[in-house]
Amino acid sequence: MTHIDGSDQRGAKPRQTLSTLLYSKSFRTAVTQVVMAAVVIFIGLFLYQNVVENLRAQNIATGFGFLEQTSQFDIGEKMITYSARDSYGRAFVVGLLNTLSVSAAGIFLATLIGFTVGISRISSNWLLSKVATGYVEIVRNIPVILQVIFWSVLLRNLPNARNAVEVYGVGFLTNRGLTFAVPATHPIHSTMGIALVAGIVLAILGSIWARRHRESTGTYVNMLWPSIGLVIGLPVLAWLFGGAPTAISYPVQKGFNFQGGVTISPEFTALLIGIALYASGFIAEIVRAGLQATPKGQIEAARSMGFRPWFVTRYVVLPQALRVIVPPLTSQYVSLIKNSSIAVVVGYPDLVNIGNTVMNQTGQAVEAIAVMMLVYLTISLITSTFMNFYNRLVAIKER
Amino acid sequence: MSNIIAQTQSPSPSPSPSPSPSQRLDQGPMIKLRDVSKWYGHFQVLHDVSLDVRKGERVVICGPSGSGKSTLIRCINRLEEHQKGEIIVNGIEMTDNVKNIEKIRRNIGMVFQSFNLFPHLNVLDNLTIGPMLVRHMKKKDAEELAMQFLEKVRIPEQAQKYPLQLSGGQQQRVAIARSLCMQPEIMLFDEPTSALDPEMIKEVLDTMIELADSGMTMICVTHEMGFARTVADNVILMADGKTVESGTPEEFFGNPKNPRTRLFLEQILKH
Ligand SMILES: Nc1ncnc2c1ncn2[C@@H]1O[C@H](COP(=O)(O)OP(=O)(O)OP(=O)(O)O)[C@@H](O)[C@H]1O
Ligand SMILES: [Mg+2]
Repeated sequence: MTHIDGSDQRGAKPRQTLSTLLYSKSFRTAVTQVVMAAVVIFIGLFLYQNVVENLRAQNIATGFGFLEQTSQFDIGEKMITYSARDSYGRAFVVGLLNTLSVSAAGIFLATLIGFTVGISRISSNWLLSKVATGYVEIVRNIPVILQVIFWSVLLRNLPNARNAVEVYGVGFLTNRGLTFAVPATHPIHSTMGIALVAGIVLAILGSIWARRHRESTGTYVNMLWPSIGLVIGLPVLAWLFGGAPTAISYPVQKGFNFQGGVTISPEFTALLIGIALYASGFIAEIVRAGLQATPKGQIEAARSMGFRPWFVTRYVVLPQALRVIVPPLTSQYVSLIKNSSIAVVVGYPDLVNIGNTVMNQTGQAVEAIAVMMLVYLTISLITSTFMNFYNRLVAIKER
Repeated sequence: MSNIIAQTQSPSPSPSPSPSPSQRLDQGPMIKLRDVSKWYGHFQVLHDVSLDVRKGERVVICGPSGSGKSTLIRCINRLEEHQKGEIIVNGIEMTDNVKNIEKIRRNIGMVFQSFNLFPHLNVLDNLTIGPMLVRHMKKKDAEELAMQFLEKVRIPEQAQKYPLQLSGGQQQRVAIARSLCMQPEIMLFDEPTSALDPEMIKEVLDTMIELADSGMTMICVTHEMGFARTVADNVILMADGKTVESGTPEEFFGNPKNPRTRLFLEQILKH
């Protein structure tokens, strides 16, 4: 087996070369990849050629120059200033920001509901777990587009502003959306925002300190309440220092509309509820599976060592559950972002909706679609990169 | 505390490293079970089981599958609740008082058939997490202690590996070390070698024999009759939730009183 004689080895090698190469795994992998790359490039070139020729035949100018032209259409909901005199490019940005805001709110809401329902599903409370199961089956199994339309129809059938449904202390429900009271704008609000961020940062630093302290002295400090105190307390302090302004801007009925307060449009609300509830059903299942993934034996091992229930959850169940939960949760987030493009059926001006309008006005279909695809791809890739990074931190090493 | 007094009172130094059970009789039982019964729904798993285990005593429990062996030792650290009778560990009665349960559990180590190591922590962290969280030990001290016990079970070089990177025998020895790091006075073993390949059984049994020689109070559910013969002070046979035979290895293997014991021994020694 072992070749002590060098010349013998050299003599044996050339005879084996061809078959060794043909049967070697790394060679086969390399060949497969080269072939695949060639096919992809060929198809890509072919399509590109085709599109360019067709466009030239139909006399449609290509290029992204149109983005600077005046759009000549207005947009109902916008987070930045925009009017019909602004460019198509700015219209796209308005759409992008709307997509991002409904997606962010959707992810927040879906996560909140999903975790609550997922935990309820494995509750020992019979009624609670059955209700949670029913909820999951309903929201998961109805197409998301129908759910969005359902909420849209429901909201549009609310009375008009004159006969608004008053939700006492909160605001009014009308077919123009939900209008509610908010604190009147005051310069202290931005300080409070900074205080909130500072509170979150301090809470994180505090729990790092608590762990170090436990490791070096053996004393466990529970940072749960101090953290909550910091996150809530600092903004409240800032508010008190700002003279505790209590002025509130109440919505007041004025003809067919309201003045004051803040209004969330029915389009936004319907889209938000629809895509968030749909995703929450899947997230609930993911959370349930994650929590059940920790074998019973490990919980028993921790209990037999005298771990308090909170320690069992914090140091044994959660670290393993998150490992199971995070990867599928990522794809739920990504798919929620993509589902927000259903906006077009309820008339919420998201990226796709505005992209459609631009496409119809300019005829630059290929470019408009390219812009939209690129944007979605970027958002999705950023989301999954971020989640993958987190996942690598919590991964379990196996053989 | 009473043990120390009792030891200083006993005039004759013991010739063997572990004193014989008769010398420990005066110390009173460390674990006392009186007429313990347990039901799963309508099914009675344990029927009035009584058992005394003195400090330093080694008890081996065997019996056919489903006879209630696991249930019995899991009642001792309240992984299962008993419904009738009393269980007293170190003078504390096991009730549903959470403080008492935690106090008793800190004194009892348990080794499971399926190891139950925490897969997200490396070996060293598996060993230090309990002492740090439950005994409020400093990380440095806990790590020193952990390395001591890893050396005792002869795998200090695996400290940085993760459980799933180890062989079954190594995992079980880590699990034993993890329990020992809590510095318990009592160790419970529930078929610690049943999930292992034959060549790994010996390394785990050797570790257990060493532990027994150091004077640890042990209750082992096992079918390793060789281990029972050499180590046990008391061998118990359980059948249908009752203790049907109990005696020294000589009595148990040489002259069993109950026909069920004879039948069980015949079956198990055939393999
Ligand atoms: N959680 C449970 N619910 C209902 N019945 C159970 C439960 N756990 C155990 N049993 C029953 O109680 C009886 C005793 O189980 P136990 O696990 O104590 O047996 P054992 O002697 O340890 O058996 P083995 O040698 O197979 O481990 C069995 O009949 C089993 O089916
Ligand atoms: Mg068992």
